[in-house]
Amino acid sequence: MEYFVQQLINGITLGSIYGLIAIGYTMVYGIIGMINFAHGDIFMVGSFVALIVITALGLTASSGIGIIFASLILVLLCAMVVSSAFGWTVERLAYRPLRGSFRLAPLITAIGISIVLQNYIQIAQGARVKPLQPIFSGGYTLMGGGESGAFLVQISNIQIMIISVTFVLMAIFSLIIAKTSLGRAQRSCEQDRKMASLLGINVDRTISLTFVMGAMLAAVAGLMFLLYYGVIDFYIGFVAGVKAFTAAVLGGIGSLPGAMLGGLLIGLIETFWSAYFSVEYKDVAAFSMLVIVLIFLPQGLLGKPEVEKV
Amino acid sequence: MTDVSQNTTGAFARLDFGAITKDLLVTLFLGLVIFGTTVGFKTKTSVGGLTIETHMVTAAILIAIIVGGRLVLWMTLWSRPAGQSKSIIPDGVKTALSSKMGLLGKYFGPIMLVFAVMFPFLPTTDRYLLDLGILVLTYVMLGWGLNIVVGLAGLLDLGYVAFYAIGAYSYALLAHYFGFSFWVCLPLAGILAAFWGLILGFPVLRLRGDYLAIVTLAFGEIIRVVLLNWYQFTGGPDGLSGIPRPTFFGLAFKRGEGNFADYFGLEYSTIHRIMFLYFLILILALITNFVTKRLRGLPIGRSWEALREDEIACRSLGLNTTTIKLTAFATGAMFAGFAGSFFATRQGFISPESFTFIESALILAIVVLGGLGSQMGVVIASIAMIGGFEIFREAEQFRMLIFGLSMVLIMVWRPRGLISTREPTIFLKEKKGVSSDMVAQGEGH
Repeated sequence: MEYFVQQLINGITLGSIYGLIAIGYTMVYGIIGMINFAHGDIFMVGSFVALIVITALGLTASSGIGIIFASLILVLLCAMVVSSAFGWTVERLAYRPLRGSFRLAPLITAIGISIVLQNYIQIAQGARVKPLQPIFSGGYTLMGGGESGAFLVQISNIQIMIISVTFVLMAIFSLIIAKTSLGRAQRSCEQDRKMASLLGINVDRTISLTFVMGAMLAAVAGLMFLLYYGVIDFYIGFVAGVKAFTAAVLGGIGSLPGAMLGGLLIGLIETFWSAYFSVEYKDVAAFSMLVIVLIFLPQGLLGKPEVEKV
Repeated sequence: MTDVSQNTTGAFARLDFGAITKDLLVTLFLGLVIFGTTVGFKTKTSVGGLTIETHMVTAAILIAIIVGGRLVLWMTLWSRPAGQSKSIIPDGVKTALSSKMGLLGKYFGPIMLVFAVMFPFLPTTDRYLLDLGILVLTYVMLGWGLNIVVGLAGLLDLGYVAFYAIGAYSYALLAHYFGFSFWVCLPLAGILAAFWGLILGFPVLRLRGDYLAIVTLAFGEIIRVVLLNWYQFTGGPDGLSGIPRPTFFGLAFKRGEGNFADYFGLEYSTIHRIMFLYFLILILALITNFVTKRLRGLPIGRSWEALREDEIACRSLGLNTTTIKLTAFATGAMFAGFAGSFFATRQGFISPESFTFIESALILAIVVLGGLGSQMGVVIASIAMIGGFEIFREAEQFRMLIFGLSMVLIMVWRPRGLISTREPTIFLKEKKGVSSDMVAQGEGH
């Protein structure tokens, strides 16, 4: 039981990170119907920028808690700005010229961009894994321990931070989509791009902003990943990207709460699989999940069934 | 960095300094943010943890290059009056060139074939070039195999390398556990790969294009992870070594009596084996091409192309789309299986390292950049890709970066691939090439 609860906490933490990345996939897919294959690598770039800024600030666990919080906010802002610049540039250079072209074209450039970003970071930052000394330490013991000697269930401060930041961001982004004019523009572009542009919506700008928003969330996920695992390399974007995409599909692509739910589920599946079966095959479990979901529930958990038009 | 010209095509009859300045400022800003952070500061692992190394000069040079490059583009290409072609080549030259190209296109295939057969005997051909030729032909074969799936049937397969791996491992394992020879395993590897194509294809082929792409990608990764972790059976990350070399009708390419060189009274040389491998892959590739061409004329090939153009129309005409997709998937997989067992016998050693996603991406890039559905395009793209890799061998680090960049640039420049006209399989009275701009392609609903 204690072991189960512990894995549940770990799974939710991992799932939050996947969920944040998945939102980027789901928003872009919803609006222009393409899989932004390079999104996982934007997440990786965000993670590296966070690492650079943390190192430049000289942040360590011995700094005061206030300083750590203030600097982390700065780190987050930097990572978000740089990732957005990457996301925006990629959209402008690689996807926009191909809009209206045949369907495979942007997917191919997306794969190209993914290769470019991975190798760019590999050259600029080196191929070796980057370890980061833990900045946050400590946590709370929830169950077990003591005289009984039962399995200790702990939740660390990082986990609390990751889960809470994710939920706050989710709430903010849901509000943006639901209430602001940008959100309305996005939803209208999602329904009918031509009609939206006839009604005076700047479709190109809306799409660019969607990419920027996705990249920002990916940067947040990047920072969380860095703080949680403490090691990153230039290749983390690929696997995380595929899993986040799986999450987006599982939740129903195009649906924001769906992406979050899918992320949590994938995180839980992966964690429980590693905990109870085998660590080596955890990726297989996540990918098999994708296949199973697509076969039996192609529209996802919270998605709308797609209507095929002639 | 921004491509403003997309929106305001041709509006700049003369230089619009306001717009250019704005564009250059945006470029400068993006350059500062992108290169200033990720190139300007490099994290280094040292004893006491991470330290920062600054590379401001490199970052500044990169920023100067992109800003300068955009300025040059604004001064030249993007400042032409409206209506004028944006291409560098004048229109007159272009039409003359295209008619010449048409003539060349007719004879290009046979010329290439003759060249490919002559290639090992040319005086300039050494061991290195021959090895390169084998590599190019392997990719030509893989490209042609994938072309059936992507180019003809319009199904985007991002996990094609899985079948290549299945072919390679089938041969290696059959040889390892049962001692089967290459010639027995070659058809078996193809059949096994096709069989796996059916098994994997059956549940997923109901999916629409993009989903199919991701699921095939997932399958590719699953196969790789299994190969990597099933240590007792596949050797895991260590791979399998000592895979038997092929024989020429039972004659081994070895020194000594009763072997190839001895039998034909030749002096023993290692080049014989390489030459043999070269012709082997050439024949395998030609078989792939021949079968594809023949299939295109048969009902099954036509229904592949019909499926690519419009799945709904296909279904309403009573075609069983699942069968069509499965046959395309399995046929493509079969050729990958052949190529895989060739790869195993050529290398003598295989490990999951050789079957990563990047390999799938490379094969897909060859097919797409060559022009979907075009057999000749695959050849040209393979030569360009593998040749390009060899040219940039010195710049090992930058090779993949250049590969990715060229993939993006070629796609933006020619979304339809290098050879973008298509020959119809059936025609009325006159055979005319159909420009691919006229048809939807690779929709794979």
